[in-house]
Amino acid sequence: MNLLHPETLVFWTTLFFLLFFFLFVKMAWKPILKTIKEREKSIEDALLEAEKAREEMAKLKADNQKILNEARAQRDEMLKEAKTLKEQIISKAREEAQTEAGKEIAKAKQVIESEKQAAIKALKNQVSELSINIAEKVLGEELKDKNEQIKQVDKLISDIKFN
Amino acid sequence: MNYKFFIYIFIFISFFLTGFNLSAQTEEHQAETQHSEQAGTHQENNQEPYDPTDLIHHHLSDSHDYAFELPFVHTTFHLPVILWTDKGLTVFSSADFQGDEHGHVVVEKNGQKFKRIHDLIVYADKVGEHVEPNEVTMDQRPLDFSITKNVFSMLLTFLALLLVLFYVKKSYDKNKVPRGIAGFVEPLIVFIRDMAKENIGPKFEKFVPFLLTVFFFILFSNLFGLIPFSPFGFNITGNIAVTFVLAVIVFVITNINGNKGYWTHILWPPGVPVILKPFIALIEILSIFTKPFALMIRLFANILAGHTIILTFVTLIFVFKNWGVPFASGFATIFMYISELLVAFLQAYVFTLLSAIYFGMAVKEEAH
Repeated sequence: MNLLHPETLVFWTTLFFLLFFFLFVKMAWKPILKTIKEREKSIEDALLEAEKAREEMAKLKADNQKILNEARAQRDEMLKEAKTLKEQIISKAREEAQTEAGKEIAKAKQVIESEKQAAIKALKNQVSELSINIAEKVLGEELKDKNEQIKQVDKLISDIKFN
Repeated sequence: MNYKFFIYIFIFISFFLTGFNLSAQTEEHQAETQHSEQAGTHQENNQEPYDPTDLIHHHLSDSHDYAFELPFVHTTFHLPVILWTDKGLTVFSSADFQGDEHGHVVVEKNGQKFKRIHDLIVYADKVGEHVEPNEVTMDQRPLDFSITKNVFSMLLTFLALLLVLFYVKKSYDKNKVPRGIAGFVEPLIVFIRDMAKENIGPKFEKFVPFLLTVFFFILFSNLFGLIPFSPFGFNITGNIAVTFVLAVIVFVITNINGNKGYWTHILWPPGVPVILKPFIALIEILSIFTKPFALMIRLFANILAGHTIILTFVTLIFVFKNWGVPFASGFATIFMYISELLVAFLQAYVFTLLSAIYFGMAVKEEAH
């Protein structure tokens, strides 16, 4: 408590305070506050960056998953396509084989038919010859005129129907 | 438990030192009293009841001598006396008074005669023989710009603060991470800065250095003032002259930075009927002065009261001279010391906080 001579403390307090205030500002507060501010900023930046990196990571992960899913889907589709293709080829081949076989069969049938006709014709001829021979032998003398006889036999044979 | 042992030792030493200093002062005081009374044969019989007022007064007031008191070390440093007299600047050592504080020793310097009554230096030829310090008028004494005990202690405080801040800054130069003393100081700096940001708003940055200086100066002087042995145990912030200067600086900064909104609020308060405006303005103008005035009184009264109470508890021992009293008053002193520790921080913070709020009022942009 100093009310007897207040000018002493008023003078020196003012002097010291102002003197040390400017000294502290220059020497301490400015550099210290700057350091603290810079550090805070760097921490904030680092945190933001970490957050960003994490987001990017998550995005990358999601992308990876997407690509994987796409690849899987593609693979599935390809498999499916291949399967249908295979089936198509098989069925086509089968069809072709069938038609080919049908054709062969038809050809064979035709051949058989023509062979049969030829055989029948030959048989007919044979039969007619045999019949004539038989008839010659049987009739012999009965029928002198040979042309008249063949005409007669042909007529008879064309009448015969094979069933 | 080891740490408990050390705490006991520390408390014991603190008590020992406090008690020792006070008992030494008491002995001196009593010896002086007896000497002046020319006491007779038996000390005990003639002794007046012990009066602690003088001791407490002496401890709390300023002095031109710096008594350095540690156990077994009693030295008095004589500080320079610097006077602005009728005949200009006069400088001499306080040793010339030979420790006299009752106007017995007259010092002749620069063709003028001075004597000292308590801690007040007066012209020896202009005052009477038995004059009380509060009766001395301005023309009976020179202006005193001495490096007194309080001035010297304040310089020590500022130098300690300078040292601490120097180490803090140095530690940052080496490593951006706070280490050592910076780890203790940095949270306080950040605390004050954030408080300023919250109370002042976007323009807070230019006020932060001042707020930090005020905060650390008050905090350091409060804390050093609580350490009960030399060269600490002084009473800086408990001086109304010191808190007056701080309050004036706050007043000046506030009003220099006052923007249009601040002055409108004071001189033409919005939201008040026109007929009332002059009266409200009068109150507002008064409040410009009462705010720093409250700052001044609050800090001064808190610290002064704290010192007074602690000293009172300790001197109770010498008043009662009873073996039981030291325990009771010792316990009370410990309690006061703990609460004063809190007050030291609290008052430094409150002064800074209120300064920030006043600055905030001055620079705040009108929101309504």
